[in-house]
Amino acid sequence: MSTLTALARAQARAGGEAQPLALVRHLHIAERPLVFIPLALAGEANAPLAAMIGDEADSPRLLVVNQPRNRDERFAFAAELARVVVPYLEGFATQAEDVASGGGETRPRFRYAPQVFMPSRASIGFARLLGRSTRFRRTDGEYAVDAAVPVLGRWLSFLAERAEHPGSCLLVAATEVLSLHWASGQSGLEDLNLAALMAWIEPPGGLTCLQAAAAAEDPLQWPPAGPATDPGFDNEVLAPLIDAYGRADGAAALQRAEAALARALSAQLLPTWGLMWRSIALLRALPAGGHVGKRWDEDRAAFTSYVSYLRDGDGLPQPRRDGAVAAARRLSWLERAQASYAAQRAFDDPLAMAEFRMSGEAFAGRVVAAEPDRLDTSGRRRTLRPRITVETTDPLTVETGTELRAVTRLTQRATIVSVEPGGPGEPIRVVIELAGGMGRSLVAEPGTVPETGEWLCYCSLPLGYQPVTDFPATNETPWTHGGPPVPALPADEDAVEDWS
Amino acid sequence: MSTSTGVTAATATATAAELAARAADEVIADLAARHRAVVVDSPPGAGKSTLVVRAARALAAAGGPVMVVAQTNEQVDDLTDRLARGDPALPVGRLSAQGYVPSARVARHLAVTVSASVAELADCAVVVATAAKWATLRAGTWSCAWAVVDEAYQMRSDMLLRIAGHFERALFVGDPGQLDPFSTIDIDRWAGLTWDPMQSAVEVLLRHNPETPVRRLPVSWRLSATAVPLVAEAFYPFQGFLAGTAPGERRLEFATRALGSRPRVTGALDEALGLAADSGWVLYELPPRHTVRTDTEAVWACASLAERLVQRGCMGYSEQTPAGAPVGAGRIAIGTAHRDQSKAIRAVLSGLGPALAGVTVDTANRLQGREFDVVIVLHPLSGRHDASAFHLEAGRLCVLTSRHRHACIVVARAGIPELLDAYPSTEPVHLNVPAKFPDGWEANQAVMAHLSEYKVRA
Amino acid sequence: MSHTEARLDQMRGAVPPRPHNARTIAALTSNPGCVRRAILDAAGVDKPKLAAAAGFPAPFGQSRFAITRGNAFEAQVKANGCAELLRLLREQLGLPVPEVSYDDLEEVAASRSLQLRHSRTRQLLTRAAGSGTDAGTLFDHPLLALEVGGRLAYLEPDLIAFRLRGQFHVVEIKSFAAIDGQADSGKVAAAAIQSAVYVLALRQLLADVGGAGLVADEVFLICPENFSNQPMAARLDVRKELTVLRRQLSRLDFIAELVEAFPPGISFDLEADDAGVPRRPAAELADALAMLPARYMPECLASCEVCRFCRNEAQATTAALGRTVREDLGGVEYVDTALGLASGDLEPDLDTEDAAAILQTAARMRAESLGAAG
Repeated sequence: MSTLTALARAQARAGGEAQPLALVRHLHIAERPLVFIPLALAGEANAPLAAMIGDEADSPRLLVVNQPRNRDERFAFAAELARVVVPYLEGFATQAEDVASGGGETRPRFRYAPQVFMPSRASIGFARLLGRSTRFRRTDGEYAVDAAVPVLGRWLSFLAERAEHPGSCLLVAATEVLSLHWASGQSGLEDLNLAALMAWIEPPGGLTCLQAAAAAEDPLQWPPAGPATDPGFDNEVLAPLIDAYGRADGAAALQRAEAALARALSAQLLPTWGLMWRSIALLRALPAGGHVGKRWDEDRAAFTSYVSYLRDGDGLPQPRRDGAVAAARRLSWLERAQASYAAQRAFDDPLAMAEFRMSGEAFAGRVVAAEPDRLDTSGRRRTLRPRITVETTDPLTVETGTELRAVTRLTQRATIVSVEPGGPGEPIRVVIELAGGMGRSLVAEPGTVPETGEWLCYCSLPLGYQPVTDFPATNETPWTHGGPPVPALPADEDAVEDWS
Repeated sequence: MSTSTGVTAATATATAAELAARAADEVIADLAARHRAVVVDSPPGAGKSTLVVRAARALAAAGGPVMVVAQTNEQVDDLTDRLARGDPALPVGRLSAQGYVPSARVARHLAVTVSASVAELADCAVVVATAAKWATLRAGTWSCAWAVVDEAYQMRSDMLLRIAGHFERALFVGDPGQLDPFSTIDIDRWAGLTWDPMQSAVEVLLRHNPETPVRRLPVSWRLSATAVPLVAEAFYPFQGFLAGTAPGERRLEFATRALGSRPRVTGALDEALGLAADSGWVLYELPPRHTVRTDTEAVWACASLAERLVQRGCMGYSEQTPAGAPVGAGRIAIGTAHRDQSKAIRAVLSGLGPALAGVTVDTANRLQGREFDVVIVLHPLSGRHDASAFHLEAGRLCVLTSRHRHACIVVARAGIPELLDAYPSTEPVHLNVPAKFPDGWEANQAVMAHLSEYKVRA
Repeated sequence: MSHTEARLDQMRGAVPPRPHNARTIAALTSNPGCVRRAILDAAGVDKPKLAAAAGFPAPFGQSRFAITRGNAFEAQVKANGCAELLRLLREQLGLPVPEVSYDDLEEVAASRSLQLRHSRTRQLLTRAAGSGTDAGTLFDHPLLALEVGGRLAYLEPDLIAFRLRGQFHVVEIKSFAAIDGQADSGKVAAAAIQSAVYVLALRQLLADVGGAGLVADEVFLICPENFSNQPMAARLDVRKELTVLRRQLSRLDFIAELVEAFPPGISFDLEADDAGVPRRPAAELADALAMLPARYMPECLASCEVCRFCRNEAQATTAALGRTVREDLGGVEYVDTALGLASGDLEPDLDTEDAAAILQTAARMRAESLGAAG
């Protein structure tokens, strides 16, 4: 949280409606996303209770586990879920195109990729655990499960890992992504309630945001989005229905009990279902940020990689925990992704850039002087190095020598030559030297050098390619980190693992 | 000074010197034993760099080449300089990034070769570089028997992973009390794993090699007899350490008297300076208020204290300078938690005149490893309504309060003890992660408890 | 009975105080700056009932399924004289316990008074402490006590104290799972501080025979492994939690004395009529509550039953928007003040000059950026 977002929240509170935190949408929205809302049984590690899932707003599919503590029923649920999720995911593994992959080579990448929306990080956590509890299962032997189950497990684990990656949107938490684009007039903790957050952004007809947010806290009007259920519902509705199902005697009674459970759970899930599609529509209505396509390319590449791993590779399930090298490599990946995501959002969105203007890493101002013909004669060859002077009132902290890029002139390198603070109330004068983006001769092509009066925003965040870090191979893990690990082969215990 | 005090002083310092020498000798002996790794914990100012240089030379003499790893270019230059000064004939290599321009103190040594290519340094007995630079070397381009890693507690586990392939054994020297390595990524994925990449290099090494001997340098040569009790109790609660100087061996005096031209304005400042000279610590307390980070009153207080120090012609007497040496702007530092606070203080200082141009103003991160005569600290919790894990971090406060040879003046708004008491301790706890001490909250309590005895109200 | 205790009793009204348990004592550390909570807890007021009576019912509840699961797991671990538990301690933690005995401290002939049970526990554990044998012994159903806010709170936990190598280790059984060696860090933190409560209480119990040294800083956490019902054991170092608890408990004594400063009539008496409806009108209870200063933050919504009342009271404050929001807005307390300073409509005084500058810059940048779109 920063002063800007805090101010937006304060404005939302006082004004009675959510305030924008972004002028563009910072994620890709697929044509046909899959909405997945799981409910879990309280007290268990990861016992599915029900789920609502589908890729069309009008046709939700309800899956129910009538006896959530029964192992066979849980795997039947997983199998049924797999029959919805896996075909959806694999349906995108059809049309491929060739893309450059460095060194003059190309590799295929699917034109489209899936996108799964879940209500919150907690829901994603459920999906991660469900993936963990199913990906090691075997389709043969004493504890055999349906063939689709381990495949579902691998896919859920892949998606959940991808969701840790800053800027990725293969698996999205609705509350998280909405909070990135809008500031509500309540706290971030209260924003974790999807109904309450949506109340601030788009209250249901006739109610003010405050009224709608208050109603959103009533589990009878707005059942929780899960995976946790409301304890009142558990005690007063669910428990009796599950008991009734357990006692049901005969096919007709069983059918009635099943239908009653389905009705009750559907009623718990439908309101969230509606909210999820409304939130997708809200996001889709925003224009996409400039770098959204690039990040979606990376998501598609990751999806393509995983499809080919499952088809052609050894298809082993993801290991339980990362080894030393894998962990270090992953951390490096995540750090680079985060830096690049932050920089891209800033360059795509003036509101995101404003954060860096406040922290002094970026500044905006007007050009008051320009030397477009300036040449640098210090080296062996003369080079074109125009200089401009920009006046700004932003609280910049960047020092001379810092490299910058202008939002509207991304291909031009800019370096700070000097920063002259003005007196109190006077603007700061920044002298900047430019290189590149002006053509090849010693005379700049028209329009490539900023002119007096032009408004520019310069930012010091690196936007370009960041070199990949080198790590030793896994079988060369050094003694400082425990030496090379024993290769983990899928063991019988994994398949046997008790799920009770 | 009376004879008895003089004798006491001499005895005290002789004992400390003996202890320190013995500890260092033990470390050098360890290197000859069969250990794969040796860890040396060093409190602030305990002669870490001296030990690193001595160890590197001993290992080079026993059969090099020796790889010396530091964390910043500044540290690399410092170690290179010390190695060359210690033995001008020793061929030392300074492995650098492309475009590195050798600083004066490195360039002046004939026996030092600076290069971006490790192949060009093949004949050097000792090669010094940053961890980041060592990590860019491809496997097979460099290997040696021994590495000496400086500031090892500030190096992250993943960095160690990348360079460990270049050496067989290593000496790790560092200060466990100072700032931990950190990441901007906030996930629990590796919490509990012994090879968690976000840990420090020493932590991961010890978890996988628990038989590694851990030695301690027992004496701080920087911190005075008045400084050690606070720093040791707050930040080194289990090991502790000694001051290398006896009480009274260090003192501050002022050339001009306290009654300045504006006694009402300078009264509190002078009272603070007087207390700093007498006891080595001052809590310069501003009235309680919730403020922004760049609290104007606090910023001015820090700058004014520095100004007053210089105005009054402060002189420092120590075992190194028995005839006294001026505590000029270059010997004064002001430390903050945030960059914007440093910037604000620098702006005020530059308006106060050229005499203060040499005062160092920086964040704790950038003050690590440095030393001054008098340090003024803007307390990380000053003016806050709520504490946060960042502001409570023990390492930050440890760095800020352990840079000084003579005195430390902490500027803070009243209300910090109350803030600490109101702090909700809802920090997450992970399985299989050893509890880390000192706890930031406890350390802050200890520091405020000590400082409360040296309070001056502004 | 001290004067403070008398005042607190009078505040609460003619009902027995809500008994403390490890969870409620541990919760004292979750918002120690809140005087309202501290006094209500010290007085043993029924907070959920009070909140409801004041018109702001608490949003908490516990699912039957969670309770059942918790009980079932515990029963499994403790079945057959704690056979599972012993196996775990032996195998997973490598503890040398070839011979272990099981000692149930609960009297078969129940309905002894709490004091008597407590002294019986002290007797047995003291004897065990002095026995000098190294055999591991599991002590089940001890009755411990801890001084909280000047009052003795009896802790009747499902705690098993285990003695090994001359030291007692608290064993805590929880039913949240550890998947691949990782468990929910918030739940582990809660378990750690609850265990620390028991450690403190056990140390107090054995104070006469050398207390602190006899009770280990390390507790054993037993929880289900992965997705099964199979228990696993983990060691938890609770030294930090002990420091926090000790400090907050001693502060609580001091806070309880603050009650002297309040008007004598202030009361949270929830005495109900025959239909169960509290006699005192909601507005009166709300006024009484308002007399106690609070320190609301959104985190209260997950941990304190009076949270809705306090949130309503704090709705115009910046703190209600998030713990860091007030700092980010320059330390300004009220939303309207912050917005006024930001827009320039409100003239800053000496205290708010700095904040006004920053807020105005932020407002300018926001307006500029939003204008850039249009």
